[in-house]
Amino acid sequence: MIYGFAYDTSSTLAYALSILPILGIGLIVTIEAALVGFGIALVLGLVWCLLRRSRFTALSWTIAAIVEFIRDTPLLVQLFFLYYVLPDYGVTLPAFLTGALALGLQYSAYTSEVYRGGFDAVPRGQWEAATALNLTRYQVYRDIVVPQAIPRILPSMGNYAVSMLKETPVLSVVTVLDMLNLANMIGDRTFEYLVPLSLVGLIFPIMTTLCSFGIHALERALPKAGLALR
Amino acid sequence: MSWIQFLPALLKGAEVTAVIAVVSTLLGAAMAFIIGIARVEGGPILSRIALFYIEFMRGVPLLVKFFWLYYALPLIGLSLDPITTGIAGLVLNISAYGAEVVRGGLQSVPDQQHEAARALNFSKSYTLVHICLPQALVEMMPAFGNLAVQNLKDTALVSLISITDLTFQAQQLRNITLNSTRVFTLTLIGYFAMALALAMVMRLIEHRLRRGAAFPKVAHG
Amino acid sequence: MTSPIIRFNNVTKRFGDFVVLDQFDFEVAQGEKVTLIGPSGSGKSTVLRILMTLEPFQEGALTIADISYHQPDGRGRFRASDHHLRQIRTNVGMVFQSFNLFPHMTVLRNVVEAPMAVLGLRRAEAECRAVELLRLVGLSDKKDHYPSQLSGGQQQRVAIARALAMRPRVLLFDEPTSALDPQLVGEVLGVIRGLAQEHDLTMLLVTHEMRFAREVSDRVCFFDKGRIVEQGPPDQIFSTPSQPRTREFLNSVLPG
Repeated sequence: MIYGFAYDTSSTLAYALSILPILGIGLIVTIEAALVGFGIALVLGLVWCLLRRSRFTALSWTIAAIVEFIRDTPLLVQLFFLYYVLPDYGVTLPAFLTGALALGLQYSAYTSEVYRGGFDAVPRGQWEAATALNLTRYQVYRDIVVPQAIPRILPSMGNYAVSMLKETPVLSVVTVLDMLNLANMIGDRTFEYLVPLSLVGLIFPIMTTLCSFGIHALERALPKAGLALR
Repeated sequence: MSWIQFLPALLKGAEVTAVIAVVSTLLGAAMAFIIGIARVEGGPILSRIALFYIEFMRGVPLLVKFFWLYYALPLIGLSLDPITTGIAGLVLNISAYGAEVVRGGLQSVPDQQHEAARALNFSKSYTLVHICLPQALVEMMPAFGNLAVQNLKDTALVSLISITDLTFQAQQLRNITLNSTRVFTLTLIGYFAMALALAMVMRLIEHRLRRGAAFPKVAHG
Repeated sequence: MTSPIIRFNNVTKRFGDFVVLDQFDFEVAQGEKVTLIGPSGSGKSTVLRILMTLEPFQEGALTIADISYHQPDGRGRFRASDHHLRQIRTNVGMVFQSFNLFPHMTVLRNVVEAPMAVLGLRRAEAECRAVELLRLVGLSDKKDHYPSQLSGGQQQRVAIARALAMRPRVLLFDEPTSALDPQLVGEVLGVIRGLAQEHDLTMLLVTHEMRFAREVSDRVCFFDKGRIVEQGPPDQIFSTPSQPRTREFLNSVLPG
């Protein structure tokens, strides 16, 4: 029994049905990890992007190098790094948070590029008009640039969110109880891995297809000219 | 243990990583072309099969693919050694994403090129191979470059099906020396160096394909 | 009397609900030089595109060089298979408004590619033909250049050589100079003028260059709303048009 659900290996169908609830709980953890991870990626990515736009070339280049480093190294190794190194320096996070942090860090490298593309796509004239009207830099970003950038960046951000969802199984190696980990645990006990892993292999494409539809619907619902934030 | 003493083991692992990355990228690219062309030019049946393959393989996470091939496949009679499993998983992965890049590239060839080919009475297959693919290839290179680097990063997961790649060696070293910081920093630097080298190679290929005069460089997003 | 090399018989073509060609009848004799003029959307480019098998049509019959466009398929219906269309295409060539040269091939290769791949010529023969044609259009010195290194006028001249290399019996020009800077128009028209001296080559030309049309054509056809409103020798159409629509159009495009 796992999570109070007993698995029934009498027939393939019974087996599959009996472990679905267990996998369902794992799915929730998967989604939670992706949500927290993506939240971190959104915030951190914006930080990277804004810092790279700074007028101090040394700062901008350093940040660019850091982002490139994060972007070009595997998530798994970054995860191991955080999981094993942080406690050595006194920071002990629960495995879930370590995992979400690793996801957020890796994807912040991608989101910072998306932000950059979004800002660059806002026509120069908009910046100039806003400055001519004597808006502060903060107001220019908040009221003029960011609203116009949002429809532009939404598709890419959505795609990265779905990608992150698909990378969450990596967290299972640091004991996060996501769907893949539970499938493996079930297999470890019944010695029958085919059904649990196949179910996981089916649930993921279905989930990501649904998410893609959702993102497309959101894209269509957004006005092309921008989204006023206030 | 000092940094230097970690190197031999890590380098051995890096070699395995490099070989797996190169083999899977080449095989994956070849499959990507087959599936991508099937998707665009395949007629109603083939292109739907290709579409299903692409959507399904993109939807299943790589680690799930690995575990399924490694733990579940033997239960229906086919037992592969770890390296073959690892390469198979990577190829299934990159071929699906690659097929979409191929599709995008082929569809980016302007209609007028097709019309000119028709006017000169080229057959459909000749047009595909000699007119469309050369032009599409140049457009595909940046995206392929990204996929190649992504594939390199993905090879790290093969350590979880007991292949002695760079990440595997790093894990071993960590268990022995308990010096996580040094071991994993070196590992990250190792992957970074390989990724940069790979990116440079891809850019070189792209440059040669553009052949200077034939394709004036267009700004890419 | 030899049969016309092109015959449209009651052809109707629609784009959705919009009727582009309406029960269209049209004949072109072998060796004739015909210019099609008229406002945009009047169907003149569509006529060329149908001849080049780039567009299908819904009703009617078309014969090119004694080959019927549609073939009976044994069930009383008429279809045009890909194989059959390729047969038709051996007699027709086209020069496009946007040249459409293959950017990844040199000028020489652009011209030899089709003769080698489609007509089966050997490289030596194809290159011989290509060099001769490039000399004809005045671009012998550019044979190893790439299209991106040439001006618009030069590219269009290469495109003409490329089309001629296939030795078509009918050569179609779809607004060949409309995409060119004004100072480059003359060099292309010069080449086309030279071709007009060829007895055996049937030429159909869609253009807005009225003075040129007057010079080279045997016949000018004025199109409006999918039909030929008026046709005849250039002097007749340009100097003494009989239809009011023709007069209206000519007044709007001709200077003075």
